[in-house]
Amino acid sequence: MKIRIIPTVLFNKSNCVKGKQFKSWRVCGNITQVIKLYSLRQVDEIIFIDISANKNSINFRLIDEFADECFMPITVGGGVKSLYDIEKLLKVGADRVCLNSSFFYKPEILDQAIKHFGSQCLVLSIDYKKILDKNYVFVDCGETNTKLDLEEYLKKAIDYNPGEIILTSIENDGMMNGYDHKTIYEVNEKFSQNFIISGGMSCSKDIAKIHGKTKIKAYSMSSIFHYTENTPLSIKEELKELGLEVRI
Amino acid sequence: MNKILVIDYNAGNVDSVIKAVKIFNSNVIFSKNLADLDNCSKIILPGQGTYDVAIKELKENGLYEKIIYKTNKENIPILGICLGMQILSSFGYENNLKTTGLNLIPGKVIKLKDNPSKLPHIGWTSVKFVKTDKIFKDIDSEKDFYFIHSYKYIALDKKNTIASSFYNENFSSIVKYENVYGVQFHPEKSLGNGLKLIENFLNL
Repeated sequence: MKIRIIPTVLFNKSNCVKGKQFKSWRVCGNITQVIKLYSLRQVDEIIFIDISANKNSINFRLIDEFADECFMPITVGGGVKSLYDIEKLLKVGADRVCLNSSFFYKPEILDQAIKHFGSQCLVLSIDYKKILDKNYVFVDCGETNTKLDLEEYLKKAIDYNPGEIILTSIENDGMMNGYDHKTIYEVNEKFSQNFIISGGMSCSKDIAKIHGKTKIKAYSMSSIFHYTENTPLSIKEELKELGLEVRI
Repeated sequence: MNKILVIDYNAGNVDSVIKAVKIFNSNVIFSKNLADLDNCSKIILPGQGTYDVAIKELKENGLYEKIIYKTNKENIPILGICLGMQILSSFGYENNLKTTGLNLIPGKVIKLKDNPSKLPHIGWTSVKFVKTDKIFKDIDSEKDFYFIHSYKYIALDKKNTIASSFYNENFSSIVKYENVYGVQFHPEKSLGNGLKLIENFLNL
């Protein structure tokens, strides 16, 4: 099974943005330009998250427009609250839809969506932060502490059987200091679900390190492509040199 | 008469299929209208969702019988993608139900083995051609295509498997019987090679 390198594109209106630890957002380009660049580089897949949709509403028209540029699989999330939202996102070009806060507030939505659309097209995104050595799940773009323990939350989530789970460390996000290894190793030991890990990737070695010790095959990142010379292809070439299986 | 018909049966992301076909042929219609089936030259069954829901949708619209008629009696080429491929089979076993499919390529659809790797099978996986076929024109064997599925097609006659892939076990990634083609991966999401395969189908 080849490793998947999945850029996450966070956006607010038609701006592509990136923050640090879910704060201090900076605009780093226009979303269409960013997509064109990724398309040229033959990226494996892309995750798009609208960081303003949770408070506002989903901008279906914008998603419809940029999905047209993507001849690779895309997952779309941000502000998804109902089966109607999911259906509409699939209609405008999302291959998979990502749920986050709505699963916390209304977990039955995941169950209903899986029954209707199939588990392969639902992705659950979970953001967590370490407080006094314990991982807590946060929702609403990192603003609300659910006070729920990450492992307990994962157990519950996995009972619903989403196609994949994106696990993001809020503390590591945007810091480019590597993934949260400790938590990832623990989660990998206890759960056998398909995970996409996210938050803090700084170089191909970060991936090789985790790959060597876990079953994780999907890695997401963002800042590294906005703020450094690296591209998805250059990362994959480096991984190949390290002996890992990738699609070039 | 040269219309390419993409069947509308609430099957998830169809936009990308339509867009991919449009690169090669602008005469694409997306419809569940029976009249559109009468004057099309190719049919594409996109797909995402679940086997039983998909068949139910097709039956409610009267599309079920009509698709079988067009492909069996009029030999119109049909391409099933992902779930659209799976429902070409005789039976599907999803959601703990046995559902009768279109039965255009005899076989059944059951769950993939789920170890050592978990289901669904998501990602870019090599597709090995095991027969020669016009649909492979200018595409090399063992190139990667994008998959996302938990079920596999077991063709009753092994000859109908024209390409295979591996995830926990070998499975059919392309099935074919005369004018009926089914691909388990998403060609519309598989960049260059995927688009080439769509072009080859349109040129049949």
